[in-house]
Amino acid sequence: MTVDLQIEQPVKAPSLLRLEHVSISSKKMPARLLVNDISFSIEAGKTTCVVGESGSGKSLTALSVMGLLSKQLQLNSGKVLFNDAKLGVLDLTLLNDESLRKLRGEKIAMIFQEPMTSLNPVLTVGYQIGESLATHLGLRGERLKTKIAALLEMVGIAPGRANSYPDELSGGQRQRVMIAMSIACEPRLLIADEPTTALDVTVQAQILTLLDDLKTRMNMGMLFITHDFGVVADIADNVVVMFRGQIVESGTREQVLGKPQHPYTKALLACVPDAEGKKALKPIDYAWLADEEMQTLADEAMQ
Amino acid sequence: MSEDILIARHLVKTYTQRSGRFGFGTTSVKALNDVNINLRAGTTLAVVGESGSGKSTLARCLLQLQPLDSGEVLFLGQDLAKMHASELREVRKNLQMVFQDPFASLNPRMRVGEIVGEGLLIHGLGNAAEQQKKVVAMLKRVGLSEADMQKYPHEFSGGQRQRIGIARALVLHPMVVVCDEPVSALDVSIQAQILLLLKELQQEMALSYIFISHDLRVVRHIADDIVVMYQGQVVEQGKVTDIYNRPQHSYTQNLLAAIPGKKVVNG
Repeated sequence: MTVDLQIEQPVKAPSLLRLEHVSISSKKMPARLLVNDISFSIEAGKTTCVVGESGSGKSLTALSVMGLLSKQLQLNSGKVLFNDAKLGVLDLTLLNDESLRKLRGEKIAMIFQEPMTSLNPVLTVGYQIGESLATHLGLRGERLKTKIAALLEMVGIAPGRANSYPDELSGGQRQRVMIAMSIACEPRLLIADEPTTALDVTVQAQILTLLDDLKTRMNMGMLFITHDFGVVADIADNVVVMFRGQIVESGTREQVLGKPQHPYTKALLACVPDAEGKKALKPIDYAWLADEEMQTLADEAMQ
Repeated sequence: MSEDILIARHLVKTYTQRSGRFGFGTTSVKALNDVNINLRAGTTLAVVGESGSGKSTLARCLLQLQPLDSGEVLFLGQDLAKMHASELREVRKNLQMVFQDPFASLNPRMRVGEIVGEGLLIHGLGNAAEQQKKVVAMLKRVGLSEADMQKYPHEFSGGQRQRIGIARALVLHPMVVVCDEPVSALDVSIQAQILLLLKELQQEMALSYIFISHDLRVVRHIADDIVVMYQGQVVEQGKVTDIYNRPQHSYTQNLLAAIPGKKVVNG
């Protein structure tokens, strides 16, 4: 398939994050690319949403930025360029573990999908929020406590809850704790991998508003992974649509949602139920794929 | 106006939890607090609410998978809550359930053919050959093949597993199917397929659905009537169009306002 990978690229300052021709495969089958030559960028203070079905490679993309790909996977080619205020533009794929660890948590932070499983059950949430502050900023004692309280307040939890354990909090509160942890060191880039998928709609709306607000206040760039176009409409500045490891369409929110060009984007939009119930629900349609690609898809489904 | 096939009156269910230091204290939570619902034959009644609102408890109590504290569940005029286990088993073939998690709700050690056919076996419907025939027909109807009978659940994707769950529920030709968040674990693209399948099957087999969901976008497409639950109570109920266009209760208004994607009109 012919794919248009161009995102409008400002010529002036380098982007906060730029992925260039990134490809990922498993080590066992290097020929089969799970992420196939993708390029896009994220600007400071803007949210880029990566949308796709399960297996489209959106989570792998996020993990590759953090250097967190599992051992069975490898980065075949490509650059992940991060623009650091002090160090200039770094290719994250070339950094060693030590330097990456310094960036993680401090400059680049991540929120995961499952707030239930990503917190340590035997440590208080205050301790867990404080960990990265102590590691990266060297805060101790009273100053650490004050900062933890301020962070909890920022995400809408009473500072007194710092002594609570994760199981004493609701799903939404736990996700707020995760957010407090991730923004503790005021990262430049926040990666959120389906942070609201496990939550109720009402809580989801609160979390989305919170993230959007924090992004603006701290001028963070945000890479937001989701499969829900409703969420995209609420939070995205730019949208990247992925299908089977490739980017099939990208552009501003208005372009992609308002005037989708690629048949896959159109098909994906058509299967999202709308709240007004005006349009008929359509199952996803792969008719736009060439015959041989249809066959591959069918073969994969069979396996 | 069609008649009511399932009526629940004054359902009450209380959970008692250990609480306090070392669990010496107890607190009780009213998961269902005087809940009344009516399911009209051949229609879909959606139960919406956030987690902890009691909607899954309602689903389980309707089918007597959990005992009620008080209240009655009338199915074709018979009170299920007062039935003995043996009577209940007899009635159950008319009342089936589709579960939320397609990964947890299928026995990993059983082949798909056994999973779908188990209900027929338990209720002693037909001989082995007839049962086999029914299972094959049902699997084909939900979009799977005869060869899939020999496979194990792990060989299928989430959407396909949900199809197996639907086949298992429908092979008995039930009258009422309770679907507990049947699509919330699925991708949007797969979700649309399953919703359309459920709708088609409803038409073909004259099914009545109780559809538990927290996603008001999904409910808008599948339901005829809605019950909105909040903290174990029904705060509002009525026709889909009425609730969406003129929500009365503030909680319903909040739920509707929280639907993502209102800012941009898509499509």
